[in-house]
Amino acid sequence: MAARSPLQLFWRRFRKDKVALSALVFIALLILVAIFAPVIRSVVGIPDPGERSTDALDAFGLPLGPTAAHPFGVDDIGRDILARVLDGARLSLTVAFIGTGLSVLIGVTAGMIAGFYRGWVDTVIARVIDVLLAFPVLLLGLGLASACSTKEGCLGGALQPGRTIVIFIIVLSTSPYVARIIRGQVLSLREKEFVEAARSLGAGNMRIIFREILPNLVAPIIVYASLFIPANILLEASLSFLGVGVRDQPSWGQMLADATGKVDSAWWFMFFPGMALLLTVLAFNLVGDGMQDALNPKGNKQR
Amino acid sequence: MAAPLLEVENLQVHFETEDGLVKAVDGISYTVDRGQTLGIVGESGSGKSVSSLTVMGLTRARNARITGTVRFDGKDLLGTSEEDMRQIRGNDIAMIFQDPLSSLHPFYKVGAQIAEGVQAHRDVSKAQAWDRAVEMLSLVGIPEPRKRADAYPHEFSGGMRQRAMIAMALANDPKLLIADEPTTALDVTVQAQILELIERLQSEFDTAVVVITHDLGVVAEMADEIAVMYAGRIVEKANTDTIFAAPEHPYTWGLLSSIPRLDAPRDEELVPIAGRPPSLINLPGGCSFHPRCPYVREAHTKVDPELKPVPGAPGHEVACLLDSSVRRKLWSELRSGVKPAEARSDVMEEAR
Amino acid sequence: MAAYIARRLLWAGFLLFVISCITFVIFSVLPAGDPAVARAGRSPSPELVEIIRVQLGLDKSKPEQFVNYIADILPFLGGNGINFGFSYQTNTDVLPEILERLPVTIFLTTGAVILWLAIGIPVGMLSAVKTGSWMDRLAMGVALLFISAPVYFLGLVAIFLFADDIGRFPILPGNSAYGDADSLLGRAEALIMPWCVLAAAFAAIYARFLRGNLIDTLQEDYIRTARAKGLSERRVVFRHGVRAAITPIVTLLGLDIGILLGGAILTETVFNIPGIGRYAFNAINLSDLPVIQGTVLFGAFFIVMMSLLVDILYAFIDPRVRY
Repeated sequence: MAARSPLQLFWRRFRKDKVALSALVFIALLILVAIFAPVIRSVVGIPDPGERSTDALDAFGLPLGPTAAHPFGVDDIGRDILARVLDGARLSLTVAFIGTGLSVLIGVTAGMIAGFYRGWVDTVIARVIDVLLAFPVLLLGLGLASACSTKEGCLGGALQPGRTIVIFIIVLSTSPYVARIIRGQVLSLREKEFVEAARSLGAGNMRIIFREILPNLVAPIIVYASLFIPANILLEASLSFLGVGVRDQPSWGQMLADATGKVDSAWWFMFFPGMALLLTVLAFNLVGDGMQDALNPKGNKQR
Repeated sequence: MAAPLLEVENLQVHFETEDGLVKAVDGISYTVDRGQTLGIVGESGSGKSVSSLTVMGLTRARNARITGTVRFDGKDLLGTSEEDMRQIRGNDIAMIFQDPLSSLHPFYKVGAQIAEGVQAHRDVSKAQAWDRAVEMLSLVGIPEPRKRADAYPHEFSGGMRQRAMIAMALANDPKLLIADEPTTALDVTVQAQILELIERLQSEFDTAVVVITHDLGVVAEMADEIAVMYAGRIVEKANTDTIFAAPEHPYTWGLLSSIPRLDAPRDEELVPIAGRPPSLINLPGGCSFHPRCPYVREAHTKVDPELKPVPGAPGHEVACLLDSSVRRKLWSELRSGVKPAEARSDVMEEAR
Repeated sequence: MAAYIARRLLWAGFLLFVISCITFVIFSVLPAGDPAVARAGRSPSPELVEIIRVQLGLDKSKPEQFVNYIADILPFLGGNGINFGFSYQTNTDVLPEILERLPVTIFLTTGAVILWLAIGIPVGMLSAVKTGSWMDRLAMGVALLFISAPVYFLGLVAIFLFADDIGRFPILPGNSAYGDADSLLGRAEALIMPWCVLAAAFAAIYARFLRGNLIDTLQEDYIRTARAKGLSERRVVFRHGVRAAITPIVTLLGLDIGILLGGAILTETVFNIPGIGRYAFNAINLSDLPVIQGTVLFGAFFIVMMSLLVDILYAFIDPRVRY
């Protein structure tokens, strides 16, 4: 019961924000699109993302713009852009969700342990958080990604370029923030009356953590996750744009990189993946903003 | 007698919120004469702070609906333009607040913050304003005032900060000082010093003072008159002696019995008022105090009591539906140690 | 104060050391490819690879390599002084190459910083003062749009629209114009579009940040005190509100400048500006690990130095920090 009321209140406030609500619907649709990308491809009647349609290139080998056969046009080697944008959504969302999810898992665990047990455990965790936050994690991540981008990979080939490294970088840069936020929340929650009450009733640590503290963290966790997801979508796209991200499947960032030299001859090449990226990130940001307002109606803290 | 310095008449401050209309202040009237002290007492949420911020013209929320009259020195403040109000604030009416640390700007030196207020109202040079700040700091009993003026608020102790706030408030020699919970955030030992300081400066400057507090003990010494507020209304108003000697509102009785008395035996328990202050959106019908009143009767849930003069006691007004004779009887029984629950049966029976 | 600064200095030194260690691990331990082969060029003879291996000290154990590497960065450890290594591709020293490109990156960063502060701060302040007005809504809507748009997409759209060679409204020098410009003015002109594109997202972030901060600050007790003193609203908002609300911007600004000086890699890539970021990008494409390592180390150094600077600066602007 304790878990429900703050969350319900939160949802009631969020529902009033029409813009954020529409953005949430957009995201839901996007997720469906990502899941059913192959189905959509066959319904619309477009080729697989990797398939080269030579007939879509003109006599000089230059790609043709949007046509009935290729609604978003094709890229410089004749691949269908709509198909690739759809697959890009899959990649973008998977990487951002898994990365953010892992960050939340690690960050919440570390933050809870630090905030709840305090003492030397807290000191160690807080120091590690400090170091990671003061660190140019993204720069080092870029280094790591590029060092592992040679064809041999990293760690004797165990760490190959691609999604794993991107997710690793996301976790490295996001989880310290989550841990710091959660630690602060737990530090204040553990002093609250209901925790004292539970303790005086003889509740053990585990019970207090899972029954008293965790339910009160659900709303803030959702809010912060919703703020980190768009940032991580952009991070994946940027790494892919620089050529150190994902290569073996279509990614919006990588499509934009490929389009860089062809802005003049094939605007659709950069326009559609760019818009997909922009709208997705915008929708997540709108939802994140709405959730933050709903969680904390008075404050106006922005990240 | 001359017109009172401050005259508040049927002041209402309502806030329109998503959840409904919040009647923070719901029709209060009081007057303060020159050099006099009024204590406004009530729990948090009783509207005591909102009403005085409104007097200062500092109720700025867009959803606030203010009606009634506030006359200061013959001037209607609610109809005064923002620019004219600005001239009055900090000059004719000054205010000090509960938490002196958060009420002082963390980035500016204490002396500068006082001097700034002087310069806002007096055509003086920076150096003159600074000298005035130092003079005020010395007046409020801060040692080495010239040196301390150069310090930042976080370098002051809590009591010293409140002294600095008082120095700031009195720097322009205001006619009225509003002190909103001036001692709540301070140590007990410091509280008395601050109250003494306010009293001393009041007589020195001949300032009228409105002290807002939740603690009757704070105003016992210094107030000439006390108004008790509950849920946006004044429920009892009288001179200080009457409030302590012959209060007639059950809520005032509750406030009094939650003050420790030096003359009472040590084992006497303090009786807190049962229940919580009501929501200002859905006020209980009838007398707002009825859900917490030990002497409630059926009719009290329907009829809204007005603030009426107590028969035979000039200047004493009470908003209570009980008959004055019953109230006096109840009070005398309470004083002799009868618990409210016990008093209920016999006296109430008689009242019926 | 002195103790505070000393602590921050120690902390920065510690961070730099940890970063150097991690960089070593990333570039010398993790990669499975053989640097000697990479250096030797196309189809080398085994003898040549062996010679290079000895030359680079790769025949030594990893700990020995680490000591050599640290000595290369820190002149006083008896190594060759600051030496970030040699490029596989051009066989040149990395550090001089970076330093040669630094002015370009500084030029790009400075212009963008001025632009985004000039836009972000007034917009943020106005939005906070007029919360809920149509102006506030519009400004915050546009801000969210710019925050959501990756700089390279914005850059490509800007080039598509405005570049003087291929743009639909050819009014500004476009891609690669910086390298072709031969005067300072010409270079500045070439940077107009990059400046705007780079500043857009940052201006949006700063406006939102300042707005949120200022709205919170205007609820503070000391703002009520300032009003109770009878100060003018303008003075209350600007001298009391903005003074407190703008202080955390210093932290943000320091870190952002540090990051950009270390290489505005995305912007420089899109607009083909020959700065550090572009240098790193080219190296990534060519798998030129020593160059990437050098730029990463250099960028990290800038970030740590800027945050050190910010910490020290903070002690001067916030009197409460002098602990």
